[in-house]
Amino acid sequence: MDLRIGHLYPDLMSIYGDRGNVIALSQRAAWRGIDVETRTFTAGEARFDPDWADVYFFGGGQDQGQDLVGADLAGPNGDALRRSIAGGAAVFSVCGGYQLLGKEYVPDTGEPIPGLGVLDVTTRAGKVRFVGNLLCETDDGKMLIGFENHSGYTYLGPLAKPLGRVIAGHGNNGTDKTEGAVQGRLIGCYLHGSALPKNPWLADQLISWGLARRHGAVDLAPLDDTDEDAARAQAAEVAKTRT
Amino acid sequence: MTPRSLRTIAAVAAGKATRIALQRLGRGATALPGIVALNLAPNAIASLSATMTHGTVCVSGTNGKTTTARMLSDIVRAAGWAPVHNRSGSNLDRGIAAALLADSTWGGELRGNVGVFEIDEASVPRVLTRLVPRVLVVTNLFRDQLDRYFEIDALAKRIAQAIAGLPDSTTLVLNADDPIVAYLGQSHRGPVLFFGVDDPAVGGTVAQAISDATRCPRCKAPLRYTRVILAHVGDWRCDHCGLERPPRDVAAAAVRLGANATEVRLAGAVTGAIDDLVVPLPGLYNAYNALAALAAARVLDISLSTAARALKAFKPAFGRLEIVEAEGRRLRLLLVKNPAGFNAAIGALLETGRRPRILGALNDRDADSRDVSWIWDADFEALAPRIEHATITGLRGRDLALRLKYAGVPRDRVTVVDGWAPAIRAAIDATPPGEELVVIATYTAMLSLRDALARLGYVGQFWED
Repeated sequence: MDLRIGHLYPDLMSIYGDRGNVIALSQRAAWRGIDVETRTFTAGEARFDPDWADVYFFGGGQDQGQDLVGADLAGPNGDALRRSIAGGAAVFSVCGGYQLLGKEYVPDTGEPIPGLGVLDVTTRAGKVRFVGNLLCETDDGKMLIGFENHSGYTYLGPLAKPLGRVIAGHGNNGTDKTEGAVQGRLIGCYLHGSALPKNPWLADQLISWGLARRHGAVDLAPLDDTDEDAARAQAAEVAKTRT
Repeated sequence: MTPRSLRTIAAVAAGKATRIALQRLGRGATALPGIVALNLAPNAIASLSATMTHGTVCVSGTNGKTTTARMLSDIVRAAGWAPVHNRSGSNLDRGIAAALLADSTWGGELRGNVGVFEIDEASVPRVLTRLVPRVLVVTNLFRDQLDRYFEIDALAKRIAQAIAGLPDSTTLVLNADDPIVAYLGQSHRGPVLFFGVDDPAVGGTVAQAISDATRCPRCKAPLRYTRVILAHVGDWRCDHCGLERPPRDVAAAAVRLGANATEVRLAGAVTGAIDDLVVPLPGLYNAYNALAALAAARVLDISLSTAARALKAFKPAFGRLEIVEAEGRRLRLLLVKNPAGFNAAIGALLETGRRPRILGALNDRDADSRDVSWIWDADFEALAPRIEHATITGLRGRDLALRLKYAGVPRDRVTVVDGWAPAIRAAIDATPPGEELVVIATYTAMLSLRDALARLGYVGQFWED
């Protein structure tokens, strides 16, 4: 069995250790005997092959990178990514990547900048930048820990469900206590950290979704997550007591 | 005696009193006296530093500023000058004020005649409003503690704005190999000196994962590299707008890297008949630090042979490749704070060809970076296959242990230990006598480890020098 990981715009959108998410996806698949291949997709390249990747990672970037990527996604590469998602590929996006998958980004001044529109979320420029540890809990009681660093405030539309509820930190917009968004096999969130190594259940969810595209439903063998759980517990303690 | 405002004199006296009180308590007094003085007289830095006959050199950048400033401080001392230097690495404006206080009389008279100030890169704009340096050195700009500085583009822009406000009596000394830093020269109306590594044998051709500036700082088109030395540092050019690595005024034609020293053959306009420069520190990044210090010394009109003599006798700063002997083991202390610094340190370590035994300590206090995600950008994958054993500790030691796991270090080679003294104990026990233990730690973790080592009788307090 094999898993194909597409890393979107790693030269422009990889910040705050986002690379760790690709490392986590590929290692956790490899430890289960799944063959892994990672390809990178970047701006201005020949049109993405929309049929290749099973799961994408789309990280955060600096303003400059985000502008270039936004422009690229407005062209044929955006169409290819939309087709790929319609064909069942999963996406894990963080921060800038999350915002760009949404409907639009509304800056302080000037016209709204359209996003790819595959996630039913809208982001507005905020006054205060949210920086700090971010701890949340999903509806079924799973914990998520990361480090947020964003000044865009994201609001969910009816098609997107929150990934979790904020316990410590700010999350999507600092007011409605939601963090992240889930819509089909798409996930967006503000969890840097990196997110997936310390939240292995989420990594495994994405691996399952990715494998399902070409291999159908697959039961993932359990891994020993003692180290992952210890790191999450230590970080959660910091989030609760020092943030 | 130069007239001093009463306000400055009062501020100096209050700052000095704070310093004495702290030292009686056994504290380093590297910042608080400065805070006290700056609160009483916000222009204390300008007022105190204005009398320096040889002017002031400010050294900033993400990595290498402490070592470069210390090298330069040794060089000016070798030239017979008396530097005022914030040696303890307290590099915000309060640290600079504290250094000035330590070297001034109760009446506000400075005992030194040249300022050598290491400045936190985020503090450059503020410090430049407080003093006009004769020389401003920028070593490099890498991704650092992003939760504090946010993004490198924004930081570079703020530094460029501050530089644009400097008079043409200030000379900039910039790293030609770092496009973000080299581009800062365009904001300055005065003279600019560039340093860099020309040795064609140094560096590869592929940009590293941690690159922050693969795009042109002027037109944002992708840069083309014929040589990549570290992250975005290398031999770069923008094919779109024509911006390129500027000609070097001080350059290394050849660099020879050893386990404990780096030899540099100088090229370009500065070369006379001179032997290779010997820097008693391993690692290519120390060649860069030496080049930056040499270029600054040149602006100060200090002879190359004087500078070379000072560099040859150089001793590293706190946590920058210090060596500590403990129970027959050699502890090599490496301070790390960002991916580029980590990769450079690891590169130097791996060049020795050994299988390192490591004590790794990760903290997440303000001075370390509260966001520990940078460890995922650092190239632990290069280190992993060579690790003999790793003892891991720190407030976020579990994150570091996890990083090693995902880099492929076998679990039985990693021990996680809570507490500084127990971690040192375990790491020494895991290192046979006569062998080396590499201590890699973030800033406050290194402070705590140093403290624990001192209590075990292995090392002095770092602010004693």
